[in-house]
Amino acid sequence: MYTQALNTAEADDRNVEDAARAAQFQARIDAEERIEPNDWMPAAYRKTLTRQISQHAHSEIVGMLPEGNWITRAPSLRRKAALLAKVQDECGHGLYLYAAAETLGTSREELVDAMLAGKAKYSSIFNYPTLTWADIGTIGWLVDGAAIMNQIPLCRCSYGPYARAMIRVCKEESFHQRQGYEIMLTLCRGSDEQKAMAQEALDRWWWPVLMMFGPPDAASQHSDVSTKWKIKRFSNDELRQKFVDATVPQAQYLGLAIPDPGMTQDADRHWRYSEIDWTEFKQVLAGNGPCNRDRIAARRKAHDDGAWVREAAAAYAAKRAHRQTAQAAE
Amino acid sequence: MTVANINVSETPLVLYALRRADDALILGHRLSELCGHAPMMEEDMALSNVALDLIGQARELYTYAAKVEGKDNDEDKLAYLRDVRQYRNLLLVEQPNGDFAQTLVRQFFYSAFADLYWRAMMNSRDTTLAAIAAKSEKETAYHLRHVSEWIIRLGDGTEESHARAQAAIDHLWAFTGEMFAVDDGERALIHAGIAIDPETLRGRWMTTLSDIVSEATLVLPQSDWMQQGGRSGRHSEHLGHLLSELQSMQRTFPGQTW
Repeated sequence: MYTQALNTAEADDRNVEDAARAAQFQARIDAEERIEPNDWMPAAYRKTLTRQISQHAHSEIVGMLPEGNWITRAPSLRRKAALLAKVQDECGHGLYLYAAAETLGTSREELVDAMLAGKAKYSSIFNYPTLTWADIGTIGWLVDGAAIMNQIPLCRCSYGPYARAMIRVCKEESFHQRQGYEIMLTLCRGSDEQKAMAQEALDRWWWPVLMMFGPPDAASQHSDVSTKWKIKRFSNDELRQKFVDATVPQAQYLGLAIPDPGMTQDADRHWRYSEIDWTEFKQVLAGNGPCNRDRIAARRKAHDDGAWVREAAAAYAAKRAHRQTAQAAE
Repeated sequence: MTVANINVSETPLVLYALRRADDALILGHRLSELCGHAPMMEEDMALSNVALDLIGQARELYTYAAKVEGKDNDEDKLAYLRDVRQYRNLLLVEQPNGDFAQTLVRQFFYSAFADLYWRAMMNSRDTTLAAIAAKSEKETAYHLRHVSEWIIRLGDGTEESHARAQAAIDHLWAFTGEMFAVDDGERALIHAGIAIDPETLRGRWMTTLSDIVSEATLVLPQSDWMQQGGRSGRHSEHLGHLLSELQSMQRTFPGQTW
Protein backbone atom coordinates (compact mmCIF):
# COMPACT_ATOMS: atom_id res chain seq x y z
CA MET A 1 0.00 0.00 0.00
CA TYR A 2 2.65 2.43 0.90
CA THR A 3 6.33 3.08 1.34
CA GLN A 4 7.41 5.33 4.14
CA ALA A 5 9.38 8.27 2.85
CA LEU A 6 12.96 7.17 3.07
CA ASN A 7 15.30 9.30 5.09
CA THR A 8 17.71 6.85 6.55
CA ALA A 9 20.16 6.06 3.76
CA GLU A 10 23.15 3.99 4.78
CA ALA A 11 26.64 5.43 4.74
CA ASP A 12 27.69 6.05 1.19
CA ASP A 13 30.10 3.27 0.26
CA ARG A 14 30.60 4.22 -3.36
CA ASN A 15 34.19 5.06 -2.59
CA VAL A 16 34.99 1.36 -2.92
CA GLU A 17 33.42 1.22 -6.36
CA ASP A 18 35.07 1.80 -9.61
CA ALA A 19 34.83 5.56 -10.13
CA ALA A 20 34.55 5.29 -13.87
CA ARG A 21 31.66 2.86 -13.67
CA ALA A 22 29.97 5.02 -11.09
CA ALA A 23 30.20 7.99 -13.41
CA GLN A 24 28.83 5.95 -16.27
CA PHE A 25 26.01 4.74 -14.03
CA GLN A 26 25.11 8.29 -13.05
CA ALA A 27 25.15 9.33 -16.70
CA ARG A 28 22.60 6.63 -17.45
CA ILE A 29 20.40 7.82 -14.61
CA ASP A 30 20.71 11.42 -15.79
CA ALA A 31 19.68 10.31 -19.28
CA GLU A 32 16.53 8.77 -17.70
CA GLU A 33 17.62 5.26 -18.63
CA ARG A 34 16.23 2.40 -16.56
CA ILE A 35 18.64 0.36 -14.47
CA GLU A 36 17.93 -3.36 -14.76
CA PRO A 37 18.87 -6.22 -12.37
CA ASN A 38 21.92 -7.40 -14.31
CA ASP A 39 23.33 -3.93 -14.82
CA TRP A 40 26.23 -2.72 -12.75
CA MET A 41 25.10 -0.48 -9.90
CA PRO A 42 26.78 1.09 -6.89
CA ALA A 43 26.45 -1.01 -3.73
CA ALA A 44 24.71 1.86 -1.96
CA TYR A 45 22.13 2.13 -4.73
CA ARG A 46 21.42 -1.58 -4.37
CA LYS A 47 21.20 -1.30 -0.60
CA THR A 48 18.97 1.77 -0.67
CA LEU A 49 16.57 0.19 -3.11
CA THR A 50 16.50 -3.16 -1.36
CA ARG A 51 15.57 -1.36 1.83
CA GLN A 52 12.98 0.89 0.21
CA ILE A 53 11.30 -1.83 -1.86
CA SER A 54 11.24 -4.30 1.01
CA GLN A 55 9.85 -1.66 3.39
CA HIS A 56 7.20 -1.04 0.82
CA ALA A 57 6.47 -4.78 0.57
CA HIS A 58 6.30 -5.12 4.38
CA SER A 59 3.86 -2.20 4.45
CA GLU A 60 1.58 -3.97 2.01
CA ILE A 61 1.60 -7.15 4.07
CA VAL A 62 1.24 -5.50 7.49
CA GLY A 63 -1.32 -3.17 5.91
CA MET A 64 -3.57 -6.18 5.36
CA LEU A 65 -4.16 -6.38 9.11
CA PRO A 66 -5.99 -3.13 9.97
CA GLU A 67 -8.35 -3.53 7.03
CA GLY A 68 -8.59 -7.29 7.42
CA ASN A 69 -9.94 -6.48 10.88
CA TRP A 70 -13.24 -5.52 9.20
CA ILE A 71 -13.68 -8.21 6.55
CA THR A 72 -15.73 -10.41 8.85
CA ARG A 73 -17.87 -7.46 9.97
CA ALA A 74 -18.41 -5.59 6.70
CA PRO A 75 -21.97 -4.24 6.75
CA SER A 76 -23.20 -5.67 3.42
CA LEU A 77 -22.22 -8.53 1.15
CA ARG A 78 -21.10 -6.10 -1.54
CA ARG A 79 -18.83 -4.29 0.94
CA LYS A 80 -17.55 -7.59 2.27
CA ALA A 81 -16.54 -8.81 -1.19
CA ALA A 82 -14.99 -5.46 -2.12
CA LEU A 83 -12.97 -5.26 1.10
CA LEU A 84 -11.76 -8.83 0.80
CA ALA A 85 -10.73 -8.20 -2.80
CA LYS A 86 -8.96 -5.04 -1.72
CA VAL A 87 -6.98 -6.69 1.06
CA GLN A 88 -6.13 -9.47 -1.35
CA ASP A 89 -4.79 -6.83 -3.75
CA GLU A 90 -2.50 -5.55 -0.99
CA CYS A 91 -1.13 -9.06 -0.57
CA GLY A 92 -0.55 -9.21 -4.32
CA HIS A 93 1.32 -5.91 -4.14
CA GLY A 94 3.45 -7.33 -1.34
CA LEU A 95 4.34 -10.40 -3.37
CA TYR A 96 5.05 -8.32 -6.43
CA LEU A 97 7.32 -5.99 -4.47
CA TYR A 98 9.20 -8.80 -2.73
CA ALA A 99 9.85 -10.20 -6.20
CA ALA A 100 11.17 -6.80 -7.30
CA ALA A 101 13.38 -6.63 -4.20
CA GLU A 102 14.69 -10.13 -4.87
CA THR A 103 16.05 -8.97 -8.24
CA LEU A 104 18.57 -6.99 -6.17
CA GLY A 105 19.91 -10.17 -4.62
CA THR A 106 18.21 -10.61 -1.23
CA SER A 107 15.67 -13.42 -0.80
CA ARG A 108 12.10 -12.86 0.32
CA GLU A 109 12.72 -15.10 3.33
CA GLU A 110 15.57 -12.90 4.53
CA LEU A 111 13.54 -9.75 4.00
CA VAL A 112 10.50 -11.16 5.81
CA ASP A 113 12.65 -12.45 8.67
CA ALA A 114 14.07 -8.96 9.15
CA MET A 115 10.53 -7.58 9.38
CA LEU A 116 9.42 -10.25 11.85
CA ALA A 117 12.52 -9.61 13.94
CA GLY A 118 11.56 -5.95 14.12
CA LYS A 119 14.70 -4.93 12.21
CA ALA A 120 12.91 -3.66 9.09
CA LYS A 121 10.41 -0.84 9.00
CA TYR A 122 6.97 -0.62 7.47
CA SER A 123 4.73 2.37 7.10
CA SER A 124 3.88 3.96 10.44
CA ILE A 125 0.22 4.39 9.45
CA PHE A 126 -0.55 0.72 9.98
CA ASN A 127 0.21 1.02 13.65
CA TYR A 128 -3.12 2.77 14.17
CA PRO A 129 -6.27 0.77 14.94
CA THR A 130 -9.41 0.45 12.81
CA LEU A 131 -12.20 1.06 15.29
CA THR A 132 -15.29 1.58 13.14
CA TRP A 133 -16.50 0.83 9.63
CA ALA A 134 -15.77 4.45 8.72
CA ASP A 135 -12.08 3.69 9.23
CA ILE A 136 -12.27 1.42 6.21
CA GLY A 137 -13.61 4.29 4.12
CA THR A 138 -11.03 6.67 5.53
CA ILE A 139 -8.12 4.34 4.88
CA GLY A 140 -9.18 3.89 1.27
CA TRP A 141 -9.73 7.59 0.76
CA LEU A 142 -6.75 9.03 2.64
CA VAL A 143 -4.16 6.31 3.22
CA ASP A 144 -4.44 4.98 -0.31
CA GLY A 145 -4.74 8.56 -1.54
CA ALA A 146 -1.46 9.44 0.16
CA ALA A 147 0.12 6.25 -1.15
CA ILE A 148 -0.83 7.20 -4.70
CA MET A 149 0.76 10.65 -4.29
CA ASN A 150 3.96 8.91 -3.29
CA GLN A 151 3.84 6.12 -5.80
CA ILE A 152 2.95 7.91 -9.01
CA PRO A 153 6.46 9.43 -9.15
CA LEU A 154 7.90 5.99 -8.36
CA CYS A 155 6.50 4.76 -11.67
CA ARG A 156 9.43 6.74 -13.13
CA CYS A 157 11.95 5.44 -10.60
CA SER A 158 15.34 4.67 -12.14
CA TYR A 159 15.20 1.01 -11.13
CA GLY A 160 13.21 -0.84 -13.81
CA PRO A 161 11.57 -3.64 -11.78
CA TYR A 162 10.39 -1.21 -9.09
CA ALA A 163 9.08 1.31 -11.60
CA ARG A 164 7.15 -1.36 -13.48
CA ALA A 165 5.72 -2.81 -10.27
CA MET A 166 4.53 0.66 -9.33
CA ILE A 167 2.61 1.12 -12.56
CA ARG A 168 0.44 -1.86 -11.78
CA VAL A 169 0.19 -1.10 -8.07
CA CYS A 170 -0.90 2.50 -8.76
CA LYS A 171 -3.74 1.36 -11.00
CA GLU A 172 -5.14 -0.80 -8.22
CA GLU A 173 -4.54 1.81 -5.55
CA SER A 174 -6.50 4.39 -7.45
CA PHE A 175 -9.40 1.95 -7.59
CA HIS A 176 -9.09 1.42 -3.82
CA GLN A 177 -9.03 5.14 -3.24
CA ARG A 178 -12.28 5.65 -5.15
CA GLN A 179 -13.81 2.73 -3.30
CA GLY A 180 -12.85 4.30 0.05
CA TYR A 181 -14.23 7.65 -0.99
CA GLU A 182 -17.48 5.99 -2.03
CA ILE A 183 -17.80 4.42 1.44
CA MET A 184 -17.33 7.89 2.94
CA LEU A 185 -19.87 9.38 0.56
CA THR A 186 -22.43 6.74 1.53
CA LEU A 187 -21.83 7.44 5.22
CA CYS A 188 -22.04 11.19 4.74
CA ARG A 189 -25.33 10.86 2.88
CA GLY A 190 -26.66 8.50 5.55
CA SER A 191 -27.97 8.99 9.07
CA ASP A 192 -26.58 11.47 11.61
CA GLU A 193 -24.98 8.51 13.32
CA GLN A 194 -23.19 7.49 10.12
CA LYS A 195 -22.03 11.01 9.40
CA ALA A 196 -20.67 11.32 12.92
CA MET A 197 -18.86 8.01 12.40
CA ALA A 198 -17.25 9.41 9.23
CA GLN A 199 -16.17 12.64 10.94
CA GLU A 200 -14.78 10.81 13.93
CA ALA A 201 -12.70 8.56 11.67
CA LEU A 202 -11.35 11.55 9.75
CA ASP A 203 -10.44 13.21 13.06
CA ARG A 204 -8.36 10.23 14.08
CA TRP A 205 -6.66 9.53 10.72
CA TRP A 206 -5.90 13.00 9.38
CA TRP A 207 -2.67 13.73 11.21
CA PRO A 208 -1.19 10.22 10.99
CA VAL A 209 -1.89 10.33 7.24
CA LEU A 210 0.02 13.61 6.87
CA MET A 211 2.92 11.94 8.70
CA MET A 212 3.00 9.21 6.04
CA PHE A 213 5.00 11.55 3.80
CA GLY A 214 7.88 11.47 6.26
CA PRO A 215 9.74 14.18 8.17
CA PRO A 216 9.71 17.78 6.95
CA ASP A 217 12.31 18.65 4.31
CA ALA A 218 14.23 20.80 6.76
CA ALA A 219 14.82 17.76 8.98
CA SER A 220 15.36 15.34 6.16
CA GLN A 221 19.08 14.89 5.52
CA HIS A 222 19.29 11.87 3.28
CA SER A 223 16.95 12.57 0.42
CA ASP A 224 19.74 14.05 -1.70
CA VAL A 225 21.20 10.73 -2.79
CA SER A 226 17.80 9.24 -3.57
CA THR A 227 16.99 12.32 -5.61
CA LYS A 228 20.28 12.14 -7.46
CA TRP A 229 19.60 8.49 -8.28
CA LYS A 230 16.07 9.36 -9.37
CA ILE A 231 14.50 7.05 -6.87
CA LYS A 232 12.84 10.03 -5.27
CA ARG A 233 11.55 12.84 -7.46
CA PHE A 234 9.67 15.08 -5.07
CA SER A 235 10.45 16.10 -1.51
CA ASN A 236 8.34 14.97 1.45
CA ASP A 237 6.84 18.42 1.90
CA GLU A 238 6.07 18.83 -1.80
CA LEU A 239 4.13 15.56 -1.84
CA ARG A 240 2.40 16.38 1.45
CA GLN A 241 1.27 19.74 0.09
CA LYS A 242 0.01 18.14 -3.10
CA PHE A 243 -1.98 15.67 -1.04
CA VAL A 244 -3.50 18.32 1.21
CA ASP A 245 -4.47 20.47 -1.77
CA ALA A 246 -6.17 17.51 -3.41
CA THR A 247 -7.90 16.32 -0.25
CA VAL A 248 -9.42 19.50 1.19
CA PRO A 249 -11.99 19.91 -1.61
CA GLN A 250 -12.87 16.22 -1.31
CA ALA A 251 -13.57 16.66 2.40
CA GLN A 252 -15.63 19.76 1.63
CA TYR A 253 -17.69 17.81 -0.87
CA LEU A 254 -18.35 15.18 1.80
CA GLY A 255 -19.34 17.90 4.26
CA LEU A 256 -16.61 16.81 6.67
CA ALA A 257 -14.32 19.13 8.61
CA ILE A 258 -10.55 18.64 8.43
CA PRO A 259 -9.48 18.52 12.09
CA ASP A 260 -7.16 21.51 11.68
CA PRO A 261 -8.93 24.72 12.66
CA GLY A 262 -5.83 26.75 11.80
CA MET A 263 -5.85 25.65 8.16
CA THR A 264 -5.97 28.51 5.66
CA GLN A 265 -5.84 28.85 1.90
CA ASP A 266 -3.07 31.00 0.47
CA ALA A 267 -3.43 33.44 -2.40
CA ASP A 268 -1.65 30.81 -4.52
CA ARG A 269 -4.55 28.45 -3.61
CA HIS A 270 -2.43 26.07 -1.51
CA TRP A 271 -3.96 24.94 1.75
CA ARG A 272 -1.58 25.67 4.63
CA TYR A 273 -1.87 23.15 7.44
CA SER A 274 -0.79 23.58 11.03
CA GLU A 275 2.35 22.21 12.61
CA ILE A 276 2.48 18.38 12.62
CA ASP A 277 3.22 16.69 15.94
CA TRP A 278 6.46 14.97 15.00
CA THR A 279 6.86 13.62 18.51
CA GLU A 280 3.98 11.27 17.84
CA PHE A 281 5.55 10.22 14.53
CA LYS A 282 8.85 9.44 16.24
CA GLN A 283 7.08 7.48 18.96
CA VAL A 284 5.23 5.35 16.43
CA LEU A 285 8.43 4.72 14.44
CA ALA A 286 10.15 3.77 17.69
CA GLY A 287 7.58 1.02 18.20
CA ASN A 288 5.27 2.86 20.57
CA GLY A 289 2.24 3.37 18.34
CA PRO A 290 -1.11 1.96 19.46
CA CYS A 291 -0.75 -1.25 17.41
CA ASN A 292 2.97 -1.82 16.70
CA ARG A 293 3.17 -4.83 18.97
CA ASP A 294 -0.14 -6.30 17.80
CA ARG A 295 0.82 -6.01 14.15
CA ILE A 296 4.16 -7.74 14.52
CA ALA A 297 2.64 -10.33 16.83
CA ALA A 298 -0.03 -11.14 14.24
CA ARG A 299 2.54 -11.51 11.46
CA ARG A 300 4.77 -13.68 13.67
CA LYS A 301 1.84 -15.86 14.67
CA ALA A 302 0.87 -16.45 11.03
CA HIS A 303 4.50 -17.22 10.24
CA ASP A 304 5.01 -19.55 13.22
CA ASP A 305 1.66 -21.32 12.87
CA GLY A 306 2.40 -21.84 9.20
CA ALA A 307 5.89 -23.29 9.70
CA TRP A 308 4.72 -26.92 9.60
CA VAL A 309 2.76 -26.21 6.41
CA ARG A 310 5.76 -24.72 4.64
CA GLU A 311 7.92 -27.60 5.87
CA ALA A 312 5.37 -30.09 4.53
CA ALA A 313 5.29 -28.38 1.14
CA ALA A 314 9.10 -28.41 0.97
CA ALA A 315 9.29 -32.05 2.09
CA TYR A 316 6.72 -33.11 -0.49
CA ALA A 317 8.49 -31.19 -3.27
CA ALA A 318 11.75 -32.88 -2.34
CA LYS A 319 10.14 -36.34 -2.31
CA ARG A 320 8.58 -35.72 -5.68
CA ALA A 321 11.81 -34.51 -7.20
CA HIS A 322 13.56 -37.58 -5.78
CA ARG A 323 10.90 -39.90 -7.26
CA GLN A 324 11.16 -38.23 -10.64
CA THR A 325 14.94 -38.59 -10.64
CA ALA A 326 14.62 -42.24 -9.64
CA GLN A 327 12.08 -42.81 -12.40
CA ALA A 328 14.27 -41.13 -15.00
CA ALA A 329 17.20 -43.34 -13.95
CA GLU A 330 15.19 -46.53 -14.52
CA MET B 1 -38.16 0.13 14.98
CA THR B 2 -36.73 -2.30 12.46
CA VAL B 3 -37.57 -5.97 12.99
CA ALA B 4 -34.76 -7.97 14.54
CA ASN B 5 -35.13 -10.99 12.31
CA ILE B 6 -36.88 -11.19 8.97
CA ASN B 7 -39.44 -13.83 8.12
CA VAL B 8 -38.76 -15.94 5.09
CA SER B 9 -41.50 -17.89 3.34
CA GLU B 10 -39.55 -21.06 2.79
CA THR B 11 -41.27 -22.60 -0.20
CA PRO B 12 -39.27 -25.56 -1.52
CA LEU B 13 -37.49 -23.50 -4.18
CA VAL B 14 -36.74 -20.59 -1.83
CA LEU B 15 -35.41 -22.99 0.75
CA TYR B 16 -33.37 -24.83 -1.87
CA ALA B 17 -31.62 -21.66 -3.02
CA LEU B 18 -31.23 -20.44 0.55
CA ARG B 19 -29.50 -23.62 1.70
CA ARG B 20 -26.89 -23.40 -1.07
CA ALA B 21 -26.50 -19.67 -0.50
CA ASP B 22 -25.89 -20.25 3.20
CA ASP B 23 -23.31 -22.95 2.42
CA ALA B 24 -21.42 -20.57 0.17
CA LEU B 25 -21.61 -17.57 2.50
CA ILE B 26 -20.62 -19.40 5.66
CA LEU B 27 -17.70 -21.19 4.02
CA GLY B 28 -16.64 -17.97 2.28
CA HIS B 29 -16.82 -16.15 5.60
CA ARG B 30 -14.73 -18.80 7.33
CA LEU B 31 -12.03 -18.48 4.67
CA SER B 32 -12.18 -14.69 4.83
CA GLU B 33 -11.31 -14.91 8.54
CA LEU B 34 -7.88 -16.12 7.43
CA CYS B 35 -7.09 -13.19 5.16
CA GLY B 36 -3.75 -11.82 6.35
CA HIS B 37 -3.06 -14.83 8.57
CA ALA B 38 -2.38 -17.70 6.16
CA PRO B 39 0.79 -19.83 6.40
CA MET B 40 2.21 -18.17 3.28
CA MET B 41 1.31 -15.14 1.21
CA GLU B 42 0.45 -17.27 -1.80
CA GLU B 43 -2.22 -18.97 0.29
CA ASP B 44 -3.53 -15.62 1.51
CA MET B 45 -4.12 -14.89 -2.16
CA ALA B 46 -5.58 -18.30 -2.99
CA LEU B 47 -7.88 -18.62 0.02
CA SER B 48 -9.16 -15.08 -0.52
CA ASN B 49 -9.90 -16.01 -4.11
CA VAL B 50 -11.90 -19.03 -3.04
CA ALA B 51 -13.71 -16.93 -0.42
CA LEU B 52 -14.55 -14.29 -3.03
CA ASP B 53 -15.94 -16.92 -5.40
CA LEU B 54 -18.08 -18.37 -2.62
CA ILE B 55 -19.38 -15.00 -1.47
CA GLY B 56 -20.19 -14.21 -5.09
CA GLN B 57 -22.13 -17.46 -5.41
CA ALA B 58 -23.97 -16.69 -2.16
CA ARG B 59 -25.00 -13.27 -3.42
CA GLU B 60 -26.48 -14.69 -6.61
CA LEU B 61 -28.31 -17.43 -4.75
CA TYR B 62 -29.69 -15.06 -2.09
CA THR B 63 -30.83 -12.64 -4.76
CA TYR B 64 -32.59 -15.47 -6.54
CA ALA B 65 -34.16 -16.78 -3.30
CA ALA B 66 -35.46 -13.27 -2.58
CA LYS B 67 -36.84 -12.96 -6.09
CA VAL B 68 -38.63 -16.30 -5.91
CA GLU B 69 -39.99 -15.42 -2.50
CA GLY B 70 -41.34 -12.18 -3.94
CA LYS B 71 -41.45 -10.16 -0.71
CA ASP B 72 -39.15 -7.30 0.14
CA ASN B 73 -36.19 -9.40 1.21
CA ASP B 74 -32.85 -9.06 -0.56
CA GLU B 75 -29.36 -10.55 -0.37
CA ASP B 76 -28.36 -8.47 2.63
CA LYS B 77 -31.55 -9.03 4.60
CA LEU B 78 -31.21 -12.75 4.03
CA ALA B 79 -27.58 -12.76 5.11
CA TYR B 80 -27.70 -10.28 7.96
CA LEU B 81 -31.17 -10.53 9.47
CA ARG B 82 -31.71 -14.23 10.03
CA ASP B 83 -30.76 -15.81 13.32
CA VAL B 84 -28.88 -19.05 13.80
CA ARG B 85 -32.07 -21.17 13.73
CA GLN B 86 -33.00 -19.66 10.36
CA TYR B 87 -29.66 -20.48 8.74
CA ARG B 88 -29.76 -23.55 6.50
CA ASN B 89 -26.13 -24.34 5.76
CA LEU B 90 -24.34 -27.67 6.16
CA LEU B 91 -22.72 -28.24 9.54
CA LEU B 92 -19.48 -28.92 7.66
CA VAL B 93 -19.00 -25.36 6.42
CA GLU B 94 -19.55 -23.70 9.80
CA GLN B 95 -16.79 -25.72 11.49
CA PRO B 96 -13.96 -23.45 12.64
CA ASN B 97 -10.81 -23.05 10.56
CA GLY B 98 -8.76 -24.94 13.14
CA ASP B 99 -5.25 -25.55 11.86
CA PHE B 100 -4.48 -25.30 8.15
CA ALA B 101 -5.17 -29.03 7.73
CA GLN B 102 -8.73 -28.60 9.04
CA THR B 103 -9.32 -25.60 6.82
CA LEU B 104 -8.17 -27.59 3.80
CA VAL B 105 -9.94 -30.85 4.58
CA ARG B 106 -13.20 -28.97 5.14
CA GLN B 107 -12.69 -27.31 1.77
CA PHE B 108 -11.73 -30.60 0.15
CA PHE B 109 -14.85 -32.45 1.31
CA TYR B 110 -17.04 -29.55 0.23
CA SER B 111 -15.36 -28.75 -3.10
CA ALA B 112 -15.24 -32.40 -4.15
CA PHE B 113 -19.02 -32.42 -3.75
CA ALA B 114 -19.72 -28.92 -5.06
CA ASP B 115 -17.70 -29.53 -8.22
CA LEU B 116 -19.94 -32.48 -9.18
CA TYR B 117 -23.05 -30.75 -7.88
CA TRP B 118 -22.70 -27.57 -9.92
CA ARG B 119 -21.75 -29.49 -13.03
CA ALA B 120 -24.92 -31.54 -12.71
CA MET B 121 -27.00 -28.46 -11.91
CA MET B 122 -26.04 -26.90 -15.24
CA ASN B 123 -28.84 -29.09 -16.62
CA SER B 124 -31.45 -27.77 -14.19
CA ARG B 125 -34.76 -26.81 -15.76
CA ASP B 126 -34.58 -23.66 -13.68
CA THR B 127 -32.65 -21.33 -15.97
CA THR B 128 -31.38 -19.09 -13.16
CA LEU B 129 -30.03 -22.01 -11.17
CA ALA B 130 -28.52 -23.44 -14.35
CA ALA B 131 -26.78 -20.13 -15.04
CA ILE B 132 -25.48 -19.86 -11.47
CA ALA B 133 -24.28 -23.46 -11.80
CA ALA B 134 -22.38 -22.74 -15.01
CA LYS B 135 -20.41 -19.98 -13.34
CA SER B 136 -19.96 -21.80 -10.04
CA GLU B 137 -18.77 -24.98 -11.70
CA LYS B 138 -15.79 -23.22 -13.30
CA GLU B 139 -14.84 -21.70 -9.96
CA THR B 140 -15.35 -24.88 -8.00
CA ALA B 141 -13.26 -26.98 -10.39
CA TYR B 142 -10.34 -24.71 -9.60
CA HIS B 143 -11.01 -24.82 -5.84
CA LEU B 144 -10.99 -28.61 -5.95
CA ARG B 145 -7.75 -28.75 -7.91
CA HIS B 146 -6.04 -26.32 -5.58
CA VAL B 147 -7.18 -28.00 -2.39
CA SER B 148 -6.48 -31.52 -3.69
CA GLU B 149 -2.88 -30.58 -4.35
CA TRP B 150 -2.62 -29.39 -0.78
CA ILE B 151 -4.16 -32.56 0.66
CA ILE B 152 -1.51 -34.55 -1.18
CA ARG B 153 1.27 -32.23 0.01
CA LEU B 154 0.17 -32.40 3.61
CA GLY B 155 -0.51 -36.13 3.62
CA ASP B 156 2.74 -37.01 1.88
CA GLY B 157 4.78 -34.17 3.41
CA THR B 158 6.19 -34.53 6.91
CA GLU B 159 5.15 -36.77 9.77
CA GLU B 160 3.52 -33.80 11.46
CA SER B 161 1.56 -32.66 8.42
CA HIS B 162 0.44 -36.24 7.77
CA ALA B 163 -0.83 -36.59 11.34
CA ARG B 164 -2.62 -33.23 11.22
CA ALA B 165 -4.25 -34.04 7.87
CA GLN B 166 -5.39 -37.43 9.10
CA ALA B 167 -6.78 -35.91 12.32
CA ALA B 168 -8.70 -33.34 10.27
CA ILE B 169 -10.18 -36.04 8.04
CA ASP B 170 -11.21 -38.10 11.06
CA HIS B 171 -12.73 -35.05 12.75
CA LEU B 172 -14.68 -33.69 9.79
CA TRP B 173 -15.82 -36.94 8.22
CA ALA B 174 -19.06 -37.06 10.25
CA PHE B 175 -20.18 -33.79 8.66
CA THR B 176 -20.11 -35.09 5.09
CA GLY B 177 -23.30 -37.18 5.13
CA GLU B 178 -25.50 -34.11 5.23
CA MET B 179 -24.46 -33.16 1.70
CA PHE B 180 -26.43 -36.14 0.38
CA ALA B 181 -29.57 -35.69 2.49
CA VAL B 182 -32.82 -34.82 0.69
CA ASP B 183 -36.15 -33.85 2.29
CA ASP B 184 -39.63 -34.02 0.76
CA GLY B 185 -39.53 -30.50 -0.64
CA GLU B 186 -36.26 -31.19 -2.39
CA ARG B 187 -37.54 -34.54 -3.60
CA ALA B 188 -40.34 -32.69 -5.43
CA LEU B 189 -37.80 -30.30 -7.01
CA ILE B 190 -35.74 -33.29 -8.13
CA HIS B 191 -38.81 -34.83 -9.79
CA ALA B 192 -39.50 -31.53 -11.52
CA GLY B 193 -35.95 -31.46 -12.94
CA ILE B 194 -35.12 -28.29 -11.02
CA ALA B 195 -32.79 -29.91 -8.52
CA ILE B 196 -30.53 -32.93 -8.93
CA ASP B 197 -30.46 -35.96 -6.68
CA PRO B 198 -27.22 -35.73 -4.69
CA GLU B 199 -27.27 -39.49 -4.24
CA THR B 200 -26.33 -39.79 -7.93
CA LEU B 201 -23.09 -37.95 -7.11
CA ARG B 202 -22.03 -40.10 -4.19
CA GLY B 203 -20.07 -42.68 -6.18
CA ARG B 204 -18.00 -40.13 -8.06
CA TRP B 205 -17.52 -38.07 -4.88
CA MET B 206 -16.12 -41.15 -3.13
CA THR B 207 -13.84 -41.85 -6.09
CA THR B 208 -12.42 -38.31 -6.00
CA LEU B 209 -11.87 -38.57 -2.27
CA SER B 210 -10.32 -42.04 -2.40
CA ASP B 211 -7.97 -41.13 -5.24
CA ILE B 212 -6.64 -38.00 -3.58
CA VAL B 213 -6.56 -39.40 -0.06
CA SER B 214 -4.68 -42.52 -1.13
CA GLU B 215 -2.17 -40.47 -3.16
CA ALA B 216 -1.73 -38.46 0.02
CA THR B 217 -1.04 -41.72 1.91
CA LEU B 218 -4.01 -40.93 4.15
CA VAL B 219 -7.11 -43.01 4.86
CA LEU B 220 -10.83 -42.29 4.97
CA PRO B 221 -12.63 -43.30 8.17
CA GLN B 222 -14.77 -46.43 8.19
CA SER B 223 -17.39 -44.87 10.44
CA ASP B 224 -20.72 -44.16 8.79
CA TRP B 225 -22.22 -42.21 11.68
CA MET B 226 -23.12 -38.81 10.28
CA GLN B 227 -24.20 -35.58 11.99
CA GLN B 228 -27.32 -33.90 10.64
CA GLY B 229 -29.25 -30.75 11.39
CA GLY B 230 -27.81 -27.79 9.52
CA ARG B 231 -30.39 -27.93 6.74
CA SER B 232 -33.20 -27.45 9.27
CA GLY B 233 -31.42 -24.90 11.44
CA ARG B 234 -30.05 -27.19 14.16
CA HIS B 235 -26.45 -26.07 14.11
CA SER B 236 -23.27 -26.54 16.07
CA GLU B 237 -22.41 -23.93 18.70
CA HIS B 238 -19.93 -22.39 16.27
CA LEU B 239 -22.44 -20.79 13.93
CA GLY B 240 -23.92 -18.40 16.49
CA HIS B 241 -20.52 -16.84 17.11
CA LEU B 242 -19.83 -16.56 13.41
CA LEU B 243 -23.17 -14.81 12.86
CA SER B 244 -22.70 -12.44 15.78
CA GLU B 245 -19.59 -11.18 14.04
CA LEU B 246 -20.95 -11.29 10.49
CA GLN B 247 -24.12 -9.45 11.47
CA SER B 248 -22.74 -7.06 14.07
CA MET B 249 -23.08 -3.88 11.99
CA GLN B 250 -26.61 -4.61 10.83
CA ARG B 251 -27.63 -5.52 14.37
CA THR B 252 -25.99 -2.46 15.95
CA PHE B 253 -27.22 0.05 13.36
CA PRO B 254 -30.49 -1.40 12.09
CA GLY B 255 -32.03 -0.26 8.85
CA GLN B 256 -29.16 1.84 7.50
CA THR B 257 -27.56 1.88 4.08
CA TRP B 258 -23.84 1.18 3.87
